Amino acid sequence: MNLRWTLHDSFIMTRRNMLRYIRLPENLVSITVQPIMFLLLFTYVLGGAIRVTTPDYITYLLPGILVQTVVFGAFATALGLAQDAQTGLFERFRSLPIARSAVITGRLTADVMANIFVATLMIGVGFLIGFRFGGSPLESIASPGIAILFALPVAGLFAAIGLTARSVESVNVIGFVAIFPITFISSAFVPVESMPGWLQPVADANPFTRAVNASRALALGQDTGGDVTATLIWTVVLLAIAIPLGVRAYNRPR
Amino acid sequence: MTSASSQPAIEVDGVTKTFGKVEALRGVNLRVEPGIVFGLLGPNGAGKTTLVKILATLQAPSSGIARVAGLDVVRQAGEVRSKIGLAGQFAAVDDQLTGLENLEMVGQLYHLPGSVAKSRARTLIEQFGLEDAADRRAKTYSGGMRRRLDLAAAIVNQPEVLFLDEPTTGLDPRSRIDLWAVIDELAKSGTTVLLTTQYLEEADRLAAKIAVVDHGLVIAEGTAVELKERVGGRVLAIHLPDADQIEPARVILDEYGATPYVDVAAREVSVAVGAEPGIVAEIIRALDAGHVTVADLQFRQPSLDDVFLALTGRASEEVDAELEGARR
Repeated sequence: MNLRWTLHDSFIMTRRNMLRYIRLPENLVSITVQPIMFLLLFTYVLGGAIRVTTPDYITYLLPGILVQTVVFGAFATALGLAQDAQTGLFERFRSLPIARSAVITGRLTADVMANIFVATLMIGVGFLIGFRFGGSPLESIASPGIAILFALPVAGLFAAIGLTARSVESVNVIGFVAIFPITFISSAFVPVESMPGWLQPVADANPFTRAVNASRALALGQDTGGDVTATLIWTVVLLAIAIPLGVRAYNRPR
Repeated sequence: MTSASSQPAIEVDGVTKTFGKVEALRGVNLRVEPGIVFGLLGPNGAGKTTLVKILATLQAPSSGIARVAGLDVVRQAGEVRSKIGLAGQFAAVDDQLTGLENLEMVGQLYHLPGSVAKSRARTLIEQFGLEDAADRRAKTYSGGMRRRLDLAAAIVNQPEVLFLDEPTTGLDPRSRIDLWAVIDELAKSGTTVLLTTQYLEEADRLAAKIAVVDHGLVIAEGTAVELKERVGGRVLAIHLPDADQIEPARVILDEYGATPYVDVAAREVSVAVGAEPGIVAEIIRALDAGHVTVADLQFRQPSLDDVFLALTGRASEEVDAELEGARR
């Protein structure tokens, strides 16, 4: 299997998954209405009550909610793969002379595309309600960029879950239980210092906090204080765990 | 297909497959000559699907060797994949893509050039009678249409060997007959088809050769006619007006042929009998003398149901019931 065909197969799979994003109303809502809704609810309902270091809450919130949204997108990865496994499409794909990796890379690539779209949309809406970048143009691109990069290994882990889970419903339960505490016990919505003392070390150790801090510092044009490096290390480490797990789950006879 | 005539399309030698403690296949041997429809007949859980998955490179055998189109399914899996088509038990189509898009995608995944994949998709849509639904998403298709689309997807690459795993399970009778016609057409074009089915009628109707699979083993092989001959002669089935009469009827029938088969629920006792003239009259006289009242009586050519019964001592439905029981 040469590289050209591997890329070709991956491209065909990416296109298929992107079509599914556009055509399935629930997928479309999850990358349009839902993130905007969260952005507006947090800003106008909770924003007034949360004390942050930045001049206004939207500036604090946007990078956080962006990372949260793209990480939530990992749900789509897991659900999509679990659906494919359930409908028998996997059996067809596995019986075709294609790169074994194409099903997963095609899925992940489509999800990265969806995340780029979501990030653009959220920053656009953020601009309308007062969000401004405070750094250089490069930092302004790197801010959502690091969020999308960090979402990749999370999607990889979720891919493994999606491929292992017994049903689409169980993916929902596993994902829900895992991802809510991970995203909320972090600096995404409130400063870690505002949490009870026993919870602060947990939030600080959470790789999600590192990614949010990195994205936020880049958005504000502040010193990232090692958060970018930490996020990159976490990305590599999580990928090193996710890839073998995902490949094993995919090749597992079912 | 240069060497197709000289070598078997499918060769299976001593293939076993175990899942934990369960032995799904216990040493299967099989040889399928090219260009025929070969039926794998057996109840649920007999191991048919496991064998198809091994041949289609989805699973590796625990031991033994399997070759498809002369290629080893484990060591040459990639090459095998370019020569086979598979339609599994679930219609494997993408609901969100149209019929045409589904076929085009599969064509592209077989590395056909874009324009070829497009025209091949169009041809198949017409061949399978899906023109009207070509640009509709597959989620709007009926069960029969999905199966046809699935089958079309399985032959995009004009495979040498086509695996159909219970292609008509869950279809209404009308769609089933439609699909049979399609499979007939495929067979005429020279493709070797390995078909699994639990429907004895289906194997009889489609397959030139049949292997009966039970508990992970091939227990009989031959043409439908040969298998029916194994039952010997014909089958006499008598229906009784009440259950009390089953036992006396069984004792009487036991004198005239192989072990009679009793279906308590249907109050039916059946037995394969020889072809001697006058045998039916003789049996009826004996039943009469034994005070057995007969409600209805059938004297028929053995069906593959009878074959299955003769080979395994159980009706195929009973095996299903056993399996259901074991699952609970």
